[in-house]
Amino acid sequence: MRVRAAWQFLAPTLIVLALVAGWPLLRTLWFGFTDATLDDLADYRFVGLANYLEYDDGEWYGVLADPDWWSAVWRTLWFAAVSVSLETVLGLVVALALNVRFPLRGLLRAAILIPWAIPTVVSAKMWGWMLNDQFGVLNHVFMGLRLIDQPVAWTANPDLAMWAVIMVDVWKATPFMALLILAALQMLPGDCYEAARVDGIHPVRVFFRVTLPLIRPALMVAVVFRALDALRVFDLIYVLTSNARSTMSMSVYARQQLVDFQEVGYGSAASMLLFLVIAMLTISAIALGRLRQQEPGR
Amino acid sequence: MTWNWRRLALRTGFALLVLAILVVAVFPFYYAVVSSLHSGSALFVPALWPERLDLANYRQIFVQQAFGKNILNSLAVAGGVVLLSLFLGVTAAYALGRVAFRGRGLLLMTILGVSMFPQVAVLSGMFELIRALGLYDTLPGLGLANMILTLPFTVWVLTTFMRELPKELEEAAFVDGASPWLVVRRVFLPLLWPAMVPAGLLAFIVAWNEFLFALTFALSPGTRTVPVAIALLSGGSTQELPWGPIMAASVVVTVPVIALVLVFQRRIVAGLTAGAVKG
Repeated sequence: MRVRAAWQFLAPTLIVLALVAGWPLLRTLWFGFTDATLDDLADYRFVGLANYLEYDDGEWYGVLADPDWWSAVWRTLWFAAVSVSLETVLGLVVALALNVRFPLRGLLRAAILIPWAIPTVVSAKMWGWMLNDQFGVLNHVFMGLRLIDQPVAWTANPDLAMWAVIMVDVWKATPFMALLILAALQMLPGDCYEAARVDGIHPVRVFFRVTLPLIRPALMVAVVFRALDALRVFDLIYVLTSNARSTMSMSVYARQQLVDFQEVGYGSAASMLLFLVIAMLTISAIALGRLRQQEPGR
Repeated sequence: MTWNWRRLALRTGFALLVLAILVVAVFPFYYAVVSSLHSGSALFVPALWPERLDLANYRQIFVQQAFGKNILNSLAVAGGVVLLSLFLGVTAAYALGRVAFRGRGLLLMTILGVSMFPQVAVLSGMFELIRALGLYDTLPGLGLANMILTLPFTVWVLTTFMRELPKELEEAAFVDGASPWLVVRRVFLPLLWPAMVPAGLLAFIVAWNEFLFALTFALSPGTRTVPVAIALLSGGSTQELPWGPIMAASVVVTVPVIALVLVFQRRIVAGLTAGAVKG
């Protein structure tokens, strides 16, 4: 009786999830094989794999033959790797600082929640204003400190724009990382630290030999969560540097095809490729985690 | 003597680190507040504190732009999403957390998997669905789309919490012949508040901040939510964006979220970690 009741209780959630997640995903997959356009979604024909890759009259067509797509892929992977690495290191530093008892600890913990709570669009605009080439406060301060001798166009210069995006992402996401790491740190047993102190082992050594291995599972979870977020980055780039080609991520590319160019078929194919990239990375992260756990001696 | 000097150096270094973290975390928002209080040419002279209280930017977004309407739209969408997510989350969490049945683990993994979906991957299918339901460019349509973002982690957080509750809780009620629905309402609902508060708050923040769906499904001025309104705020003829009003709007939408987060910070941190670390 309780099992039947359980299914009845689950049914509404499963129906909603099937409606807003399962069904749209399947439809996107299907649209990827058609030539549908946005103004009339009902009028389309099946084109097979043409949106992905097609050889016609000596030329390759499709998402997989588009150099813009590939540069978006590499850029997104590079962005995810750089920003998540920085967030992990800085998150560790902030978490270790918050793990020390000192008078202003509560204030510091509250303060680092602010970047996390600010809507992404707002943080993109805030930083866009601070990084403004003519009136931005950062150029003003840097020129005052004689670090630069003329204003820098942080978000418009193709060489710098991606670093600006990374900087804002790191600013916004490091608190999340720090809070997750802090939670893991606070669950650590105190006695091994006591033992290390009695034995006179250097704190840096203790950190690498004791702390880091113990918090590694939690750290890995946080890294995977952040990496998945970074791989689908959209809001930040769209608002900070608009549709500039030098900062286009996979999500921005797919949405541009879908909505701005109205190419639902082609855009859906690009979306499914993004989905595949993320799914494969997730599965390999989980598999890697399992393998590590099965290693002898752990 | 040397030992004391080292100690002092360490303490100073630590104090500097804490100060640096504080400044980096708080300064951008502080600077947005300062900028929002400057209008006209005063805005273009970088200043670290407001010279006078100039509310022209705030007047502009509420009087000349329909920013009040945008806020109401966002509140309606986020509020609806929170209520629906919590209702569905509690019922699903009872089934997933308290009843042993075949395929429960797989189901939980599937639900967690949904939260890994890139939004773009469901965009065209969602567009078609929302149009088919006649909800295009309406607030309910946007709310429905947002469920994909909030429901998985609401279920996850509530299930994790429900599992930890003692087993004896519902046994007595079942012996007395209570129905599962009554047990959820009378026994579990009052106990679930510590998990519902962070889950609801996180759902609220996610829906309040959501941008991609709002930009695609609710673009007309009457249904725009706050993030879209801020992103699309543009001046009349000038090339330069209206930074003053943009900063004022940013401050208006961020203050309530920051206030909520600071009031409930312990709960939120607990909720975040329940969702991630135990998973």
